[in-house]
Amino acid sequence: MSSAELTPEATRRPFTGPRVRFGDLVLQVVAGAAAAAATVLVGLITWKVIDGAWPAITQYGVRFVTRVAWNPVVSHELYGAGSFLFGTAVTSLLALAIAAPLSIGIALYLTELAPRFLRGPVTALVETLAAIPSVVIGLWGILVLGPVLRDHVEPGLHSALGFIPLFGAPSTSGSSMFTAIIVLTIMILPIVSSISRELFLGVPSELKEGALALGTTRWEMVRGVMFPYARGGIAAALILGLGRAVGEAIAVTQVIGGGVFIHWNLFDSGDTLASKIAASYQGATSKLQVGSLIYLALILLVFSLVMNLAAQWIVRRVARRQGLGART
Amino acid sequence: MSSHGITRADMQHVHLPRRRRVNRLMEGLAMLAALIAVGMLVIVVWSVAKRGAGAINLDLITKNPVPFSFEPVAQGLANAFVGSLVLVGLATLMALPVGILVAVYLNEFAPPSVRTFVGLALDVLNGVPAIVIGIFVFGLVVIGRGQSGWAGAFALACLMLPLVARSTMEVLALVPSSLREASLALGVARWRTTLSIVLPQTIGGVLTGTVLAVARVSGETAPLLFTSSIVGTQTSWSPFHALQSVPVAIFELSESPDPQDHARAWAAALVLLLFILFTSLAARWLATRSRRKLAASR
Repeated sequence: MSSAELTPEATRRPFTGPRVRFGDLVLQVVAGAAAAAATVLVGLITWKVIDGAWPAITQYGVRFVTRVAWNPVVSHELYGAGSFLFGTAVTSLLALAIAAPLSIGIALYLTELAPRFLRGPVTALVETLAAIPSVVIGLWGILVLGPVLRDHVEPGLHSALGFIPLFGAPSTSGSSMFTAIIVLTIMILPIVSSISRELFLGVPSELKEGALALGTTRWEMVRGVMFPYARGGIAAALILGLGRAVGEAIAVTQVIGGGVFIHWNLFDSGDTLASKIAASYQGATSKLQVGSLIYLALILLVFSLVMNLAAQWIVRRVARRQGLGART
Repeated sequence: MSSHGITRADMQHVHLPRRRRVNRLMEGLAMLAALIAVGMLVIVVWSVAKRGAGAINLDLITKNPVPFSFEPVAQGLANAFVGSLVLVGLATLMALPVGILVAVYLNEFAPPSVRTFVGLALDVLNGVPAIVIGIFVFGLVVIGRGQSGWAGAFALACLMLPLVARSTMEVLALVPSSLREASLALGVARWRTTLSIVLPQTIGGVLTGTVLAVARVSGETAPLLFTSSIVGTQTSWSPFHALQSVPVAIFELSESPDPQDHARAWAAALVLLLFILFTSLAARWLATRSRRKLAASR
């Protein structure tokens, strides 16, 4: 055999052809460029937001994050994210606290309890809730929900539970953190419940039937088998719901009322990071104020990145563990 | 499945009545949760329908808003409807081809590691709050050049891109590899296989994803606030200056103290809601149809 002439490339030539097909190259390059662009976009967003916030970052540094101030008066300018961080934390965590048990209940009803003919339609209805634009929910929140809460719910809660600082004097306008919490609850409910529903559907029926056959009630089966099985996924769903609540700007701006202060009365107005940005869309004038607004956006962006990656990481870890569990 | 048979099993003893009470309580709570969710939907949709239906008339889509007037005049939101059409249309034109190409690359060409990485980037992009996207485009384009329809459409496109790419990837994964292999075995080039054998199979799914993305962004306010919101009251089709849009108009009208403005906001909200519900339903129908077709071809 004369190996000098028959290089590996040469022997393969008759079968595959070494020439790169021009069309293949074009498609691969064009499609690859699109994929690269999508990836670069994420980096570009991060860079542009940091770049825009730069005047405020150089002026205030990290101190900005905790300072409670928002004073745009020329020559007395002072900005900080403290009160908005507080408002964001209170509204989104309480909304999540209400939405979490509700969503899990919905998912359980849809997977275990509902009669078969109801499952499809009710699932579709719950998902439709997610399709309602936030501006429409906000419109409803400010013109319908706010007044109802102010006149009928807040006084009752105040007189019954007024000793808890959360339930202070009822609002006068209907714009309050409480209204924002209810609105956010409505918005994250469909997200968490539809992910939980899929998780519950994924619980192997041998496990469920095994538990029932051992004499557990249905609730004991849910608690002992389904919850442990879906625990990681539910955590990820809750993180995604929290991310949605933290990032929601429009509906919250419409109902929360605004203001730069930290207080525990849910029935008073407040502001979140996102709602402050949205509310200032026409007002920002000085370079420092614009920079500070974008600084708020940067904090939001960091939040959303961290929460997203955390949720992804949990999902991946759970998938790997369950993959291993299935094989052994 | 009822739990009657289990009650007589040996292991059930003293606590049984309590356990069954707890079980019934929890079942009741779960049902209540579902009722609350459906109730919320009904209440919101009913509120919008009740208040919007009375205010809907032809003026809403044919007449422009009137800036200042002391007596009541017939006015509408024609500029917002036209603006939304242009903005969403342009955003779709930007996001659709790029989204499909991203999906094609990831599904047909990319090595697994690249696929995971870009997939992660798409998920992250999907998770970026809409208001941050607005701020990003504000920093990228608006500072210096001013607001424009292009800027607004680009912001919307950033939101659409991950949705379109993800849904296209899902259907591409459903295309049986036997189809690809058959085509390649006949000597058809890879690019032709992809473009004329694989992609046509996915049209239904791509359409579904696009319709869903359109439904989603046509209600988005946050990305437009900083990119295309400072507008006059005239109808304009040109994306070279800022365009009004339906969600931004609702947002502004909802903050107004004038009940007449509220009436127009409800009417616009009803039109928007009907459009979104209709497109979502259409997408759902398309999805089941195309999935059944793909499953049949498998």
